[in-house]
Amino acid sequence: MVRRQGIEASVAIKEDFMTPVSTPRSEFLAGMRDTIPMDVAALPFGIIFGALAVNAGLSPFGAQAMSLFVFAGSAQFIATGLVAQNVSALFIVVTTFVVNLRHALYSATLAPYLRHVKARWLPLMGFTLTDETFVIVFKRFEERGALPYGQWYFLGSSAVMYANWQLCTLVGIIAGRTIPNPQGWGLEFAATVTFTGMVVSMLRNRSTGLAVIAAGVVALIANPLPNRLGLMLAALAGVVAGVIGKSLFREDQVERLGALDSDVTPVARSQEVTNE
Amino acid sequence: MNEGLMIGGMALVTFLIRYPMLALVGKIDMPKRILDALRYVAPSVLAAIVIPVVLLPNNKPIQRPPDAIPLVATLLAALVMWRSKHLLATVIVGIVAFLVLRAALPLFGPV
Repeated sequence: MVRRQGIEASVAIKEDFMTPVSTPRSEFLAGMRDTIPMDVAALPFGIIFGALAVNAGLSPFGAQAMSLFVFAGSAQFIATGLVAQNVSALFIVVTTFVVNLRHALYSATLAPYLRHVKARWLPLMGFTLTDETFVIVFKRFEERGALPYGQWYFLGSSAVMYANWQLCTLVGIIAGRTIPNPQGWGLEFAATVTFTGMVVSMLRNRSTGLAVIAAGVVALIANPLPNRLGLMLAALAGVVAGVIGKSLFREDQVERLGALDSDVTPVARSQEVTNE
Repeated sequence: MNEGLMIGGMALVTFLIRYPMLALVGKIDMPKRILDALRYVAPSVLAAIVIPVVLLPNNKPIQRPPDAIPLVATLLAALVMWRSKHLLATVIVGIVAFLVLRAALPLFGPV
């Protein structure tokens, strides 16, 4: 009996030191689970979009089709506003392009972690890439590196975002005209706190702090710009500030010192940077 | 206005922004400098979304107490995340704080 306990204990210790076994299924489920707070945040937006779209003059079918095939919240809202003003379809398509430009930065950021993924998966991942999935997936990849089943984590995150967005759009379309002033409820605030939580979780060193401050200042100054252009400018400013901060605070040297010690995992190294 | 044409066009341009980098960047060797720089995209975009919402509510600077509610609730949420590292708890605390503050503020006099 005593001996058996000993064996169990040693197995348990071993498991503590090993990376948990990841399978496509476990990664998919982890992606779904980690994205749930983002779904909570997107929920009111989906409902408000559905309601606004039918009130703006889109057919119920068109409103749902936009969520199904475009699947880009900001662009859908702006397009809805333009439909209400009877703007041409071409103008709306060009506007959509401008609004969504930041997604090119997202895919460039995630791509290095997805090199091992078979090419046939990439169109699906591209189609379902949103602000929310980008942030969740990036955080996972940055903490754990290029995972063997990283695409399943991505797709798990996409799946719950997609399902949530379709369902909320449908609710908004059906409830449409019966919801008085859906924007007055303040439910959009859910997205603000969710994104704030993600920013805080990403503040692992001083250069990231500098990037966040620079992006915030540029976003405030560029706030009057239309079509989410301020967001794009702020993202670029944040990247530049982060790179400057990294050499300013000599973080690359800290990273190199950490790399010399073979026992230091990437996670431990980032903590070292925080505690320097 | 042709609804189908508009939605088809929107879907196409959106896909043409999201997909190509995913396919191309994985095939070529990116310099480490670029990869390091891209790691700042996520926190920067998030900050750029949140900060104007809380500091410029309704696109105007904070003037009256109710304008500051999003800011106060967001700071509280940031504190919860910092201490707990639990995103869902952070979201719930933030939303509850926001709703409570909004409901409670008129009790303290005209706003």
